[in-house]
Amino acid sequence: MSNLNKMKSILIEKTLKLDCGKEISNFPLAYETYGNLNEKKDNAILIFHALTGDQYASGINPITKKEGWWNYAVGPGKSFDTDKFFVICANVIGGCMGSYGPGTIDPFTKKPIGTNFPVITINDMVNAQYNLLDYFKIEKLFAVAGGSMGGMQVLQFVSNFPNKARVAIPIACTASHSAQNIAFNELGRQAIMSDSNWKEGLYDEKSTNPDKGLAVARMAAHITYLSKQGLQEKFGRNLQERSDLKFGFDADFQIESYLRYQGSVFVDRFDANSYLYITRAMDYFDLTKQFNGNLSKAFKDTKTKFFVISFTSDWLYPTSENKDIVIALNAIGADVGFVEIKTDKGHDSFLLDVPDFLSTIKNYLNTTYSNINERGI
Amino acid sequence: MKEEFKIISKFIEEKSRVLDVGCGDGILMEYLSKNKVVDIRGLEISKEKVKKCLSKGLAVIEGDAENDLKQFPDLSFDYVILSQTLQAFMSPEKVIENLLRVGKKVIVTIPNFGHWKVRLDLLFKGEMPVTKNLPYQWYNTPNLHMCTIQDFYNFCNNKGINIYKTISLNGEKISNISNSNLKYKNLISELGIFLLEK
Repeated sequence: MSNLNKMKSILIEKTLKLDCGKEISNFPLAYETYGNLNEKKDNAILIFHALTGDQYASGINPITKKEGWWNYAVGPGKSFDTDKFFVICANVIGGCMGSYGPGTIDPFTKKPIGTNFPVITINDMVNAQYNLLDYFKIEKLFAVAGGSMGGMQVLQFVSNFPNKARVAIPIACTASHSAQNIAFNELGRQAIMSDSNWKEGLYDEKSTNPDKGLAVARMAAHITYLSKQGLQEKFGRNLQERSDLKFGFDADFQIESYLRYQGSVFVDRFDANSYLYITRAMDYFDLTKQFNGNLSKAFKDTKTKFFVISFTSDWLYPTSENKDIVIALNAIGADVGFVEIKTDKGHDSFLLDVPDFLSTIKNYLNTTYSNINERGI
Repeated sequence: MKEEFKIISKFIEEKSRVLDVGCGDGILMEYLSKNKVVDIRGLEISKEKVKKCLSKGLAVIEGDAENDLKQFPDLSFDYVILSQTLQAFMSPEKVIENLLRVGKKVIVTIPNFGHWKVRLDLLFKGEMPVTKNLPYQWYNTPNLHMCTIQDFYNFCNNKGINIYKTISLNGEKISNISNSNLKYKNLISELGIFLLEK
């Protein structure tokens, strides 16, 4: 576990009042950084991860030994160019990669906190991460960015701290989690909670975990991240290492085998209780309701420059929901750009090699950064 | 930058708020934000062009004027620009109404179907005109509602829209259009540039 010791983390001493009413203090927030903070401290970008992400956005994740979740976008010469920008990414509270979450060991019981962990929200996650600005003594971030739940955090961040980021890039997200998305999350949670190893969330990580439930949750969710066309083109009705149907319930089809594999590798790196807590936080996210039904009010005082991005084949966070954010911003004359990127890769597009998407962000950030420096815009 | 954009930018006062509807590659937007220090937004239907604009850091949203103008509040811009796209809308009348709702002043440019070459094509060849500014065949043209400078004049008068200024562009030649020379300018102008107010 030497890698765990190398994990960077800040201890947040001051009290954070959570939306549920409880208060937390002296809790860890694990983070990673890429690139260098310049002398003026004006080149920092805070990236927010999605449901199953972590702080290891770029390069090789030292824990899983796999590529960071946003390796296509973050790195030298990439969209978030770490030769130029200082990229910070933290594991959200409720997560399972070193930040305070249900897997954190309770110092008194010496067991994981489990479902005694308070229910957290996107707002709580963002407020916890704000401490990173103090830690790095950054007066104002150049940008905040993220896709899916990361995009929700972008919206909440700008709403909470209207003048702490010059640029905000919410990608493939929503200002208000839809009934369909709550439904899919509930399906995942029920899969976990139906696993007899879940034990009301008080399982001990060292022995038996609700792996089967978590794997099913992941399989179901994974389908929602892809498009029908993408699935059809990649798998069709292809059979898995066999020439005929076997008239049984093994994985006859490649798509079945693929989903089973996705489920099995997921349980090695993710905690079932974290999955419950984070999906709950997404379900509770309704920025429109936070402002009494008027989303524009969430951004009333902001000077932040927004760039909203959606994908044609994303049916989980469809263009219409992303456009609602644009409409709310235009209603108050905010500085907003918007494009829907054409791709058949579904909601997952923001994590994948989608050249149009990656190059547009890169150019947008680089031009905006030099405009700010040269023209003081 | 093309002559048309130079004329448009002369209409626009410094430090104003501008919306460029159908902003294309954002050439006019870039020019205005660099030289006139304006706060400028763009609306563009082509994904490729929107990506180009965003790559330049311009605040452009993908959308079309017939559906997406409604999200902008009343009189939220000092100027709204519509360059050579009025003829491509399903309902130009409604688009103009919306432009005048959103902008305090509206700049509209129209390719003039009253130009003598167009008239001659129809008169002598008996064919729908195909010109430098209107390079399409009748069966593939995006231009659903062609009009002449005279037509647009009449339209504004009937609707009670104030025409502040009209400029004729014929090649590189720029001239003013007034009531007295309208018939003539309608014959020789390739482009009409109108500054309107409700």
